[in-house]
Amino acid sequence: MDLLTVSGSPHVYDRTSVSKIMWGVVIALIPAMLVSFWYFGLGAVVITLAAVIFCVLLEYLIQTQILKEQTTISDGSAVITGILLAFNVPSNLPIWQLFIGCLVAIGVAKMSYGGLGKNPFNPALIGRVFLLISFPVDMTLWPLPIANRLVLTDAITGPTSLGVLKEGLLNQETVPELMSKLPDYTQMFLGNIGGSLGEVSALALIIGGFFMLYKKIITWPIPVSYLLSVFAFAGILHLINPDLYIDPLFHLLAGGLMLGAIFMATDMTTSPMTINGMLVFGFGCGILTVLIRVFGAYPEGVSFAILIMNATVPLINRGFKPKRFGEVVKNG
Amino acid sequence: MSNMTHLTKGLFKENPTFVLVLGTCPTLAVTTAAMNGIGMGLATTFVLVFSNMFIALLKNVIPDKVRIAAFIVVIATFVTIVDLVMKAYTPGLYKTLGIFIPLIVVNCIILGRAEAFAQKNSVFNSILDGVGMGLGFTLALTLMGSIREILGNGSIFDIRLISQDAKTILMFILPPGAFLTYGYLIAIMNRIKERNNI
Repeated sequence: MDLLTVSGSPHVYDRTSVSKIMWGVVIALIPAMLVSFWYFGLGAVVITLAAVIFCVLLEYLIQTQILKEQTTISDGSAVITGILLAFNVPSNLPIWQLFIGCLVAIGVAKMSYGGLGKNPFNPALIGRVFLLISFPVDMTLWPLPIANRLVLTDAITGPTSLGVLKEGLLNQETVPELMSKLPDYTQMFLGNIGGSLGEVSALALIIGGFFMLYKKIITWPIPVSYLLSVFAFAGILHLINPDLYIDPLFHLLAGGLMLGAIFMATDMTTSPMTINGMLVFGFGCGILTVLIRVFGAYPEGVSFAILIMNATVPLINRGFKPKRFGEVVKNG
Repeated sequence: MSNMTHLTKGLFKENPTFVLVLGTCPTLAVTTAAMNGIGMGLATTFVLVFSNMFIALLKNVIPDKVRIAAFIVVIATFVTIVDLVMKAYTPGLYKTLGIFIPLIVVNCIILGRAEAFAQKNSVFNSILDGVGMGLGFTLALTLMGSIREILGNGSIFDIRLISQDAKTILMFILPPGAFLTYGYLIAIMNRIKERNNI
């Protein structure tokens, strides 16, 4: 750090800095990480460590070798990308595939646009979607929790609750019939279900979310509007036909919704700047998530929904400009 | 400008795909395999050489106001020839390239070269320009096709590099992979040009 920093007004002194915020997010991710270690054991530890090391190393190499600029790995943003990418993959994913995911996340989605703060899309989600489309089989084999703690390969796998639902509905089964196959809500809340590393436990993610709210790393509009719109839209569908559409609480707890709403959609770089913009952004994410989950080909739609809404952020920012101080309101 | 530069500029300095960014539709769509790239490139080269030649021949007879329509008629004639010949002799390739063979009619490279070069230059130079641009296009498509085939399918020119059931990065033979490959190839091209001050 330089002794004196030259910057534009307002000259308000605050202790926050990019690296403080980033390490704050890392702390907020720890509860969910511990839960994933508890349920998925060794595989989860290996995947998380490998993803973090790959991401930091790749960012360092790209910055020093290709871009020839000062490296910024100490700000912790690559660590977050690594953890979030690990949270988005099953715990027995082959390491080389994880490496490709990290390469895409850091190399394509982040450094190609110029690095931290310049990427229009969330890097970890780009990495996940790339892996999901490239390796559909490996990315949808979900190891069962607890049973596989000590094995690294050949884990016993099962579908996610969203997968069970989609499959069942395609086989003309009704939701009340399927309920017996699905895990109950307490298990889903605690995380004792098959799924990606970090998405299983809603409780741990919510704890992390409150920590970030308390530290003012994120603000409430995006998670709240995202979760509420999912709840409302899924609720309306459920009221129309409870045989076809499962109740909204399931949608809130299943899949990567909590992880997406709390940690991914709120990424500062890729979300709108004003509160109204954030509400629209969260609402769009929610509607798209339910649309993809209920009517789409994939059982889970959180990552696609957030990426699609990321693309609309510049438009949203343009539509919801804050009023300048002293501006005269038209027809006011 | 010597005659040789008309031939060589299309290969690298003014490569239609990576520098002029023309004809992106077939570039993105057909390059799922190296063979498709060569087939599409050569078909376009044939049309390009002959349309350039005839437009340079007719440049004094074609009224300026209807030149686009006249160019299209010339181009369409040769596309029809290519279309029928490929249908007869390379039915397999014809089937994979599908609609993109007839679509050579509206390929920007061909109309672009007619507008920008053939209608202002001599017949011989126009032919050289057509050959250079066509080969540049073919090289670019083959390069893209090879990269996408190796990464996405584990083979090149249908020769398997890894075992049949090994996992490959499927994304590269899907449309997003085309955009990714194209973007990074343009970036690399710019980098090389910058380094060597071309």
